[in-house]
Amino acid sequence: MIGNAENTIKIRNNETISLHNIPLLPYHKFYDTASALLGQAHYHCVNYYGFPYKNSLHLICAVANDHDRTIEIFSCQIANESGIHLESLTAKHYAMHCYEREIAENFGVVFTNHPWLKPIRYPHDRANKSDTINTYPFYSIAGDQIHEVGVGPVHAGVIEPGHFRFICNGEMVLHLEIQLGWQHRGIEHLFLKKKKLLERTTLAENITGDTAVGHNLAFVSLMESLGNLPARYDKKLGYERALALEMERIGIHVGDLSAMCTDVAFQLGSAVFGALRTPIINYTQLWCGNRFGKGFLRTGGTNYPINEKLISKLQFLFDDFTTKFNEISVYTFNLPSVLSRFEGCGTVTLKQVKLIGAVGMVARMAGMVRDIRHTHPFASYTDIPYKPAVLTTGDVYARGVLRKMEIEKSTLYIQTLKQNVMSLPESPKPVYKVNLAPESFAISLVEGWRGEICHCAITDEDGELAHYKVKEPSLHNWLGLALALRNTEISDFPINNKSFDLSYCGYDL
Amino acid sequence: MFETFKIWQHQGKQFIPDVTKATLTEIFRGRPEISTESVNEAEVAELCPTSAILTNPMRIDLGRCTFCGECELAYPKKIKFTNDHKIAANTREALIVKEGDTSPIKIDANAVRKEIKSFFGNSLKLRQVSAGGDSANEWELGACSNVNFDMSRFGIDFVASPRQADGIVITGAISTNMAEALQITYDAMPFPKLIILVGTEAISGGIFEGSPAIDRSFLDKYKVDLYVPGNPIHPLTFINGILTMIAK
Repeated sequence: MIGNAENTIKIRNNETISLHNIPLLPYHKFYDTASALLGQAHYHCVNYYGFPYKNSLHLICAVANDHDRTIEIFSCQIANESGIHLESLTAKHYAMHCYEREIAENFGVVFTNHPWLKPIRYPHDRANKSDTINTYPFYSIAGDQIHEVGVGPVHAGVIEPGHFRFICNGEMVLHLEIQLGWQHRGIEHLFLKKKKLLERTTLAENITGDTAVGHNLAFVSLMESLGNLPARYDKKLGYERALALEMERIGIHVGDLSAMCTDVAFQLGSAVFGALRTPIINYTQLWCGNRFGKGFLRTGGTNYPINEKLISKLQFLFDDFTTKFNEISVYTFNLPSVLSRFEGCGTVTLKQVKLIGAVGMVARMAGMVRDIRHTHPFASYTDIPYKPAVLTTGDVYARGVLRKMEIEKSTLYIQTLKQNVMSLPESPKPVYKVNLAPESFAISLVEGWRGEICHCAITDEDGELAHYKVKEPSLHNWLGLALALRNTEISDFPINNKSFDLSYCGYDL
Repeated sequence: MFETFKIWQHQGKQFIPDVTKATLTEIFRGRPEISTESVNEAEVAELCPTSAILTNPMRIDLGRCTFCGECELAYPKKIKFTNDHKIAANTREALIVKEGDTSPIKIDANAVRKEIKSFFGNSLKLRQVSAGGDSANEWELGACSNVNFDMSRFGIDFVASPRQADGIVITGAISTNMAEALQITYDAMPFPKLIILVGTEAISGGIFEGSPAIDRSFLDKYKVDLYVPGNPIHPLTFINGILTMIAK
């Protein structure tokens, strides 16, 4: 029954549809529809969540077709009360585990046959308040030779909090369980509570500050879609936003390469990659006044149009950066002391990344082509295609080299944008109020530097936001880190953690 | 070996020789200045996403400001963000910029605890705790130790354990789920237990103020030694703030 118009509605990235056009299926049909789609390799679920609507709970599922740029949307309605039992999709399609865990935690739905129905983040409005972050049900293994190591939430470095529970046999990790939720700030709730557009865009920039451009791009695209603003079709604005997004990607990737060198005690790489990050984020600061692009993207247009002076600085920046970056990365990735720590360390297989529904870099380092710029293009990626870089070894080395390759690809992409952007007519100015289409649903997918960001919004009869859902790529990818550590020495945890560099606050919301 | 020397040579001198004199690009949003031009103050205040603009007379509270610059874009004659990055202060009141006042933000030497000045002039070890931080401040604190800003040259370092720390650097609005861990970390520190709040969210809650998922009661119990505003902070704001605080 795949693609049956009665079971799903096909939309495109950044499209708005009426709520009434979303097929409302009984759960068994909802289950069969999802299962039939997810059984095919070119479909993957980009969001699945619950929202309380008129005394019942609606489950909305968005499954992307990676071949024809569409997203199939379908829904189901159940009673909004704790203890409802539903057959788990995860039992058949493991990648659904995080979505079902979230629905279970938020609304008390019990997914039968779910293999790992554990809390996600202990949100303030969870269904079961007697569960607290200190009562998390850790997996355990019994045995005379087995010991456990608990690390966090507060870590030795300057990083965010998370708890890592290792079950080890000697120095070998048998199992790693990652418990998050410490950073929960109630973001989705605040999107509804704060009514001003500027408050909401500020929230989007703070979902995870290292992806201020990525998450805010998803937010402004949703507002432009729901408000049907001309900015949706503005070519120059799309180019400027892609430029900002690629700068963000390069800045973080080069910073992560520095940190990866630090973790294997390669001082030169640590210092040089660290220094190379500075001019990249300083360029973002020169453009918009903030090194992380906060205050940069706005609904409906831009306060910081690109100009000739910025373009010439960009040329100057990359002339210098590319030479120096090439020099240090060739040296690093040929250095035996670095390679002996990177190669074959923390391997995740293609089978595993497919199974867990990994996105972004974590998918691409293990041979899976998954990149929203490529499959569901937005901004400039609709007219200037981006072809993702993919590696196959799935180890720390692949995560390092993929960063290098993505930096090179982004640099080339920026060159193309630079050559074309100035000939386009001026981009519009932002708006600070927008009338959203009433009783509508919109979805926005953005490929941030970590991977697939998905924001969904639903409006009520008055065109006010009734629900806002954020999905950060780390929701899928944290399990990748846990799998990487299996049969890996516990002392290799820091380098593995850094090579993934996943978001705590983006996951915790 | 030669390859290493070549890379060294191509990198040249990366460090900022004098961080106290370093200036930032014009467009950087640091200390704002408010002119005496007459405007509808309520309208300006209404525009701010974090209620950082106070009226009659008009003031901007840098402890609440997200430095988005939208007020300047809407009222360029009234508000101008300068590129002055030295905006750290040790009293909450000093973070409030008043209409017509163009003087720098000051660290009140008399309000600095005596033991800080006597013990930490040449060495200060800090423990960082992110409690709902969005990772941008954490990145910038990391950047303080890179080859450009090179904070270690002043004896200021981040250490791995609260047992080794003279003070705690808090980022984030303090999530309820982190409140206990923050308290345990603080309790594990030896005296004098400096508290440094980094970023707008740590100082006031920022855009998360009023969220049911944050718990800021930790801050009701202790005196804060340094406030470092920003969203995120600039490394120069942090380093200069600390250097001024510990200066003999």
